[in-house]
Amino acid sequence: MNPRQILGQIGLWLSVFVIVSPAILFFLWMASLSLKFEIDNASYPPVFFPEHIAWKNYADVFASNRFLTYFTNSLVVTGCATALAMLVGVPAGYGIARMAAHKSAIVILIARITPGLSYLIPLFLLFQWLGLLGTLVPQIIIHLVVTVPIVIWIMIGYFETTPLELEEAALIDGATRWQVFRHVALPIARPGLAVAFILAVIFSWNNFVFGIVLAGRETRTLPVAVYNMISFDQLSWGPLAAAALIVTAPVLLLTVLAQRQIVAGLTAGAVKGG
Amino acid sequence: MSVVTQASPAATEDVAPAREWRPPSYWPFVIPALVVVLAVIVFPWVFTIWMSLQEWKVGSPTVFVGLANYLRLPTDPRFVEAVGHTLSYTALSVLLPLVFGTLAAVVFHQKFAARGFLRGIFIMPMMATPVAIALVWTMMFHPQLGVLNYLLSLVGLPPQLWVFNPTTVIPSLVLVETWQWTPLVMLIVLGGLAAIPTEPYESAQIDGANFWQVFRFITLPLIMPFLFIAGMIRMIDAVKSFDIIFAITQGGPGSASETINVYLYSVAFVYYDLGYGSAIAVVFFLLIVALAALLLYLRKRLLWTSELGGEA
Repeated sequence: MNPRQILGQIGLWLSVFVIVSPAILFFLWMASLSLKFEIDNASYPPVFFPEHIAWKNYADVFASNRFLTYFTNSLVVTGCATALAMLVGVPAGYGIARMAAHKSAIVILIARITPGLSYLIPLFLLFQWLGLLGTLVPQIIIHLVVTVPIVIWIMIGYFETTPLELEEAALIDGATRWQVFRHVALPIARPGLAVAFILAVIFSWNNFVFGIVLAGRETRTLPVAVYNMISFDQLSWGPLAAAALIVTAPVLLLTVLAQRQIVAGLTAGAVKGG
Repeated sequence: MSVVTQASPAATEDVAPAREWRPPSYWPFVIPALVVVLAVIVFPWVFTIWMSLQEWKVGSPTVFVGLANYLRLPTDPRFVEAVGHTLSYTALSVLLPLVFGTLAAVVFHQKFAARGFLRGIFIMPMMATPVAIALVWTMMFHPQLGVLNYLLSLVGLPPQLWVFNPTTVIPSLVLVETWQWTPLVMLIVLGGLAAIPTEPYESAQIDGANFWQVFRFITLPLIMPFLFIAGMIRMIDAVKSFDIIFAITQGGPGSASETINVYLYSVAFVYYDLGYGSAIAVVFFLLIVALAALLLYLRKRLLWTSELGGEA
């Protein structure tokens, strides 16, 4: 390596460091906040590595019996909303791709542009009228606003790139369309299914706006529960940061583990819910 | 374009004359999703438009009032103010991520060790739960105990009030929004960089162009279309931004960071004025569409000049 190349390498790593550090430092600081006792969190200048680590903050969060309820709520809402979206969205993506019905994508586009709150007003009234408020059903249904467009959008893109020859051969051999979809198209599109699933899970898990309107005391999802903690105890930063980290940890883990799929999905559709 | 769906009856008869031919249909695949989309997307839209024409408050009878809700908007100082906040918030939240995202994409386009892993770290802010990160930013913004004022003091700058001061609240929130969404711009521009052919770079190297010249005259024009896509998506998301603003300031201090979306929340779910809230929702949607149309128009104007330089 000549000096010029070495200089280039140093410059490159320096810029990589500068670019990645806001993300790294933020999440490290979040972890630091969550592991400190109040005395360290309230000290100035701030302490980065505490002398005593407050694992108690995490224990406190898990020990509160409400937390388990909210965790289960999040799991049920995200699980059901994603499963339903895959169930209806994957075949729809296939049908739209094969019919080349590109105009139908406009509906998806409108859904992408519409602010989440505008769905809430009419659906809130509908759920109230049906007497469903107080259960998790309204949240599951309204999360479909987020998950269904993501799944359809990503699956259209995938099915448009899968080869038609195999499907045609199977049709000529007498397979029904459903059989072709189930045994030929679906296995090939497995990477696309993973992308759609992961993104639907993340954006449903993260959703906040639907919960603050529709969730009652017993039906809060984790983001809403964390938000309510803010106004509740403003000054105990440790447990608050611990709760925040617990809520977002599954998503962060998924992001690092499945970064390839997530990047593929985001660059394809640049989707975001709500 | 699907060949199967376009097959003519005559051709199919040649292959299988014994079976009765029926037009191949993919409709059964689409119908369940269509039902869902009609129920949770189209129905709310139609209902919202209808509600926006009513005087509709929870607990009192509804009265048809025509366009009265819409006429009330320009005379509502809080709404007018919210439009201004939304526009300034959006302008900053589009421009800053575009600049930083492009720079980051240029770096991530180079080859270096652990690039995939570091890219995963880099996109964590946009995937993380917004409320959770808003909570930590709130702590970081704290004027006495927050880490941001400590960092400022390290470089000799005076402490700030951040989100607690009406004049700095919007830039502070934009800081969070930029931190959160620069990765999305980076990913889109990175996709654009990957599609650029190597020939222009080789000839530029022969001509002895420096790094800045290469970026300005080769890279930038070629990634322009991707920057427009990124700008469009960023605009749509920034206008609608809710979680971060609501969780950090609830529109305050006072109403200094109240955007249309936050005001819409108050009108509909704090004051339960659903008719007026629906009118805001409709106008809000039209505003987003108008901004998107404006960007498309700019794209047409600008692409025409940059495409003279080469195939984009």
